[in-house]
Amino acid sequence: MAIQSLRREVPASGEEAAATLEEAAAAEAAVGFAGGGTKATWGNAAPEPGVELSTEGLDRLLEHNEGDFTAILQAGLPLAEAQRAFAAADQMLALDPPLGEDEAATVGGVFATADSGPLRHRYGAPRDLIVGATLALADGSVAHAGGKVIKNVAGYDLAKLFTGAFGTLGLIVDVSVRLHPAPEARATTIASAEDADALGRAAAALAHSPLETESLDVRWSAGSGAVLARYGGAAAQDQARAALDVMGEAGADAELVEDDDAPWGEQRTRQRAGEGAAVVKVSGLQARLPDVLRATERAGASMVGRAAHGVSWIALPAAEPDELVDAVAKLRAELDPFPCVVLDAPDALRRAVDVFGEDDPARLALSRRLKERFDPAGACNPGRFVGGI
Amino acid sequence: MSRVAGDQDAALVGAGQERGGEQEGGPPKASPEEMERLVERLRTIAGAEHVYTHPDQLRTYESDGLLQYKVTPGAVVLPGSGEEVRAIVRACFEAGVPWVARGAGSGLSGGALPVEDGILIAVSRMRRVLEVDIPNQRMVVEPGVTNVEVSQAVAADAHFYPPDPSSQIVCSIGGNVAENSGGAHCFKYGFTTNYVTGLEVVLSDGEVVQLGGPEVDRPGYDLLGAFVGSEGTLGIATKITVRITPSPEAVKTMVAFFDSTGDAGAAVSEIVSAGVVPGAIEMMDQLAIKASEAATGAGFPEDAGAALVIELDGSKAECEARFEDVVEKCEASGANEIRIARDEAERQTFWKARKAAFAAMGRIASNYYVQDGVIPRTKLPEVLKQIAELGEEYGMQVANVFHAGDGNLHPLVCYHGDDEAERAEELSGKILQACVDAGGSITGEHGVGFDKKRYMPRMFAEPDLAAFQKLRCAFDPGGLANPGKVMPTPRLCGEVPGPYRQHPLERAGLADRF
Repeated sequence: MAIQSLRREVPASGEEAAATLEEAAAAEAAVGFAGGGTKATWGNAAPEPGVELSTEGLDRLLEHNEGDFTAILQAGLPLAEAQRAFAAADQMLALDPPLGEDEAATVGGVFATADSGPLRHRYGAPRDLIVGATLALADGSVAHAGGKVIKNVAGYDLAKLFTGAFGTLGLIVDVSVRLHPAPEARATTIASAEDADALGRAAAALAHSPLETESLDVRWSAGSGAVLARYGGAAAQDQARAALDVMGEAGADAELVEDDDAPWGEQRTRQRAGEGAAVVKVSGLQARLPDVLRATERAGASMVGRAAHGVSWIALPAAEPDELVDAVAKLRAELDPFPCVVLDAPDALRRAVDVFGEDDPARLALSRRLKERFDPAGACNPGRFVGGI
Repeated sequence: MSRVAGDQDAALVGAGQERGGEQEGGPPKASPEEMERLVERLRTIAGAEHVYTHPDQLRTYESDGLLQYKVTPGAVVLPGSGEEVRAIVRACFEAGVPWVARGAGSGLSGGALPVEDGILIAVSRMRRVLEVDIPNQRMVVEPGVTNVEVSQAVAADAHFYPPDPSSQIVCSIGGNVAENSGGAHCFKYGFTTNYVTGLEVVLSDGEVVQLGGPEVDRPGYDLLGAFVGSEGTLGIATKITVRITPSPEAVKTMVAFFDSTGDAGAAVSEIVSAGVVPGAIEMMDQLAIKASEAATGAGFPEDAGAALVIELDGSKAECEARFEDVVEKCEASGANEIRIARDEAERQTFWKARKAAFAAMGRIASNYYVQDGVIPRTKLPEVLKQIAELGEEYGMQVANVFHAGDGNLHPLVCYHGDDEAERAEELSGKILQACVDAGGSITGEHGVGFDKKRYMPRMFAEPDLAAFQKLRCAFDPGGLANPGKVMPTPRLCGEVPGPYRQHPLERAGLADRF
């Protein structure tokens, strides 16, 4: 097989992006989408595409409607840059995934992979914050879905459909999002324990309390762990103190941390793996948290997670590819039926496992029909997604 | 008391024509004999007593909450389980007969308007709460369970289900899923789509598919996100998993009166800009206050230009810290009077006054038209002025009751007698145009359904509609699920354009398993 030379396209508009996709579809070529490159190893291993479409020419904050708490951001805009603009108005896009090296993660990459961070607890995932999108499609068209108001039920929610689709239905050109007020103050309560069940009880007590917790995380490493509860707003301190009592009643020893950026920064960073290692993202349930902690311990791994939502990132230590393959299989068996998605894996591991795991046949068939309708020639980021879509 | 349109026949013909259009690409229209055979099958599936064909029985189902459109379905079936729904949909598929799903029938956009010679599947018998899982903060319910029953089922465990449309006593969760329903508290808490984590769905070919689950972030397309709010056009939900959340420990409610909606709008902006996210923030204008006062006697001053009902809820500490802020902002924006609910009874009085405003309009006009549009919140003063001007131009009174936090307007166009109906509808359409021109939407919570599909091109261009159709065709290529709704013109699905190119990865074996 001849080695294809990689052509790089840098569209400056949705129309240009759609033209590139249409041309590739006609030529039966594959187009790979690239943003900040911080999640280039996510998804299934796929052959090198013929064309790389970079979003770096689509890097503007199109609208920041301060009074309306909404914004429209182009896909190639680094999320960190957008957050700086919002912070200047005491606002935030309540989305704090790890941003990777040089904080290069872009808006498009974060939405295409539906990545999220600790703020997920209170504000939801990218799907919960997106209110509209502009999409470049493989038929050469540019389509808009949703709008720029926070409440809107007109038309189909393609913005959600494209969020987390890994670019396989088309390119997200820009997204319309809801913003939130940045809390005027923050405070965190941290309870540490060496007992997985004790941590589970402390986390559950907070998840079930009427305190308005902004982030409710858990972490585990080498035989001990912690539950972290962060509060923001006018009464952050008062709420954090109340959380001490809730954790105390659940039998955990907790302390209040005022200068709390460092522990939360670490929670975000630890969602990603280092060289030669891999992360397994588990979509579980709150009450099974102790099981996830024990599986982590048995794997000799460490984890961070959103305690109430039951979403965990288990970081497997760097190892030989076949050892990682075994470790992934073991975690999947132990945590069945929870989906376990492999992230940040070395190529050898990605080739050896289905990173998304097996999908339900009926759902996968429907997903394929969707792909066929949006991208019949398979031009958009092919091979990377669930079931090799 | 909505009107029955003079052009009711035209609506009927319209629906019929579209039905013909949809059928071009699908199977040929069922003959009377085939229809009779289908009805017989439905009787076998659901029991003869749950299949209605008599004209008197069908009449109950010819409209939903929007009474100006009426279509008589071929038959109505009330399944008792998800398995029966699957069998019914499969039977319709084999007969090539379209169907419409209906919850409580309280929708306000004609979304559950039947299709002539089609089957209406009413889920009102499917009312079981299947699972309450407090440790994981999840519930599984059947689609006919009412919205308020969901919260009631977990109230003793100090949890609730936040989306609270004002029809919550009667409206069904299945209908809420179809419409992505909101309510007074969604500015803070979000909509149905933010609380549904999983669905069991029957597709138009009778296939059952699980979208999402009790877990969040399942790998794969967000088919759940696409389904919620799809107005019954992608399939029918037979089991619904929702996320429930701890009940707030404190609730503080107040009502502030202003000289004008402009002043009240300014207060809303001030409050929200200060970083306060109230549980609810609802506005009534002078006409709405007057009507509501006449109906409820809540003691609201009838000469007030505007009233804001503001509710803060959540943790005690946060509520108390914010409440003074809100009072201060209202005063600074020119509030004449602020009343703070001293107890639950007074709180209920405030809410009764707000919630009665729609029904109370009957005291001012013999008929009214409820509109549902959205604008960016900062455009409130501008759009309210335009609405007032339009009212003057048409010589009709327009009352405004709305969810101010998220800019969701519900102008009520008052008119007298059938001869004014057409002009009232025209005025109502112009109000929607003003919303779209301001950067908003033609619907915030009532849905597009049958009533608003004609306005879709005002918001969406041809490529947008074509992209919507791709989604619809992936779910329902034969166009059997709620045809003639949402899209402005009938569209065919056709074959998938060109062969789907199998990826090497699929060929390599990953796909072999499936």
